[in-house]
Amino acid sequence: MRQEPFVVPGKLVVPYRYFVGRLASKALIALRDDKKVMGVRCPTCNLTYMPPRSTCGRCFSKLEELVEVGDKGTVLTYTVVYHKEPVHPMEPPFVYGLIKLDGADTALPHFIGEVEPEKVSIGMKVQAVFKDKREGNILDIKYFKPQ
Amino acid sequence: MAERVAVVSVAQTKYHQNRGDVREAELAYEAIEQVLQETGLKFVEDGTGIDATVSCSHDHWDGQTISDIKIGDVAGAHLRPEEKVAEDGTHAVYYAMLQILSGHHDVVLVVSHMKESQTVRSMIENAAFDPVYQRLIGLDFLTAAALQARRYMYKYGITEEQCAKVVVKNRKNAQNNPYAQAPMGLTVEDVLRSPMLSSPIRQLDAKPVSDGACAMILAKEEKAKRLSDKPAWIKGAGSCYDAFYLGDRDLADCQSLMLAAKQAYDMAGIGDPRKEIDLAEVSEYYSYQELLWMEGLGFCDRGEGGKLIDSGVTQMGGRLPLNPSGGLLSGRPFAVGGMAAVAEAVLQLRGEAGARQLPDVSTALAHGVTGPCGQLQCVLVLGKD
Repeated sequence: MRQEPFVVPGKLVVPYRYFVGRLASKALIALRDDKKVMGVRCPTCNLTYMPPRSTCGRCFSKLEELVEVGDKGTVLTYTVVYHKEPVHPMEPPFVYGLIKLDGADTALPHFIGEVEPEKVSIGMKVQAVFKDKREGNILDIKYFKPQ
Repeated sequence: MAERVAVVSVAQTKYHQNRGDVREAELAYEAIEQVLQETGLKFVEDGTGIDATVSCSHDHWDGQTISDIKIGDVAGAHLRPEEKVAEDGTHAVYYAMLQILSGHHDVVLVVSHMKESQTVRSMIENAAFDPVYQRLIGLDFLTAAALQARRYMYKYGITEEQCAKVVVKNRKNAQNNPYAQAPMGLTVEDVLRSPMLSSPIRQLDAKPVSDGACAMILAKEEKAKRLSDKPAWIKGAGSCYDAFYLGDRDLADCQSLMLAAKQAYDMAGIGDPRKEIDLAEVSEYYSYQELLWMEGLGFCDRGEGGKLIDSGVTQMGGRLPLNPSGGLLSGRPFAVGGMAAVAEAVLQLRGEAGARQLPDVSTALAHGVTGPCGQLQCVLVLGKD
């Protein structure tokens, strides 16, 4: 009789409390309370980063200037997810997009909804749909829908 | 460079979808034992053996913090120096090279090991993303790669057929590699018929789950010449990071690879990689990546990766064969992937690549990558002389 290798099952479940950062704290409060999507501007490089961060990776300036980047943007790329993984937040098929918000120079990955997956395209103009009950995280944007 | 560093011995396990019969240390020792036997080296303190060990593995993949803690006994780390590089195996080789160039050590054992089969890939990769803005939406390296593939193919007009040709070529090459996990005779149609995972990436466009280990010995010039009659010299090395947030970069480009390659070529004195490199082993976790990495390495102009695969230049009989071993698409684990690329480069330089041996190899390139969408890149150029 063949003996299977003996396996001990294991699982690491570790709680973390991630401080979101000096500027992202303000940005996530603005998202939760006012449905405002915020980025941060580097005056030296003349670039607006979304997500906001405290230091410019290009010039090392300390960043201070939170600016509203708006809830509308353009799809730079997308994928339709057909397979299942435990990390997926919904049943396939669903769509991820990389969305450049109009007031930002960098893009945000998020879901694209309210559209047939086959109809999503690069260059499509989209708009954020907010959750009714917001908690102060990026999922306060439910998804982006075509404008 | 005052001193030169060579790889004097390499060994790999056969890559397998599930090595349920061994623990990580046992798996690593399968490779380590071979390089000890080939060189006759021992872990001793009198300057005649191995001075130190560098390993490559990942805490989260292994489900154990300090993931190298469990291989100490088989890696010569009992009351001796051992450091872990938790990136790709190429970075472990890079670090060991620096240990020798700095004069700190003469002879270093490098070992990478991974049992992907023990956990769930997507959950590990999801935890690599920023917890505030990216992790919550459930991205993993596959869905991120799909975003990159789409952007790259759109910007440069790369087709699914051209990506599929990479799979066909590499799985075919693997048929001549006894270490390869999953050699297959495939057609472009077979690849295009395989189930869509995350468009445009299909099942056969992605590397399979893999377990395995790779080990090698690096030595400074004087000792390398005594340890091997066929040392493979590390002529050039480069490493470069790109932005953490996916949306900070244009995913159609691979600027960090271009910069890593430039460092390696400058150090190796290579002016035209298209003429001076005889073969390259690149780390293609997904088929489109081989095309994009060819561009980053300067084997063709930007956007010409599709034309290069169409031309047949990168096939076994071509002028610049890519992934003669079969590459990652034929089954190689995360972390071990790029080190296996170095191992193949060394075997080809030594004329020990068996049925897949290429003629007249004097300069070979090995490439490794870590992070979503090729964030961290490493390029090593190895040569016979």
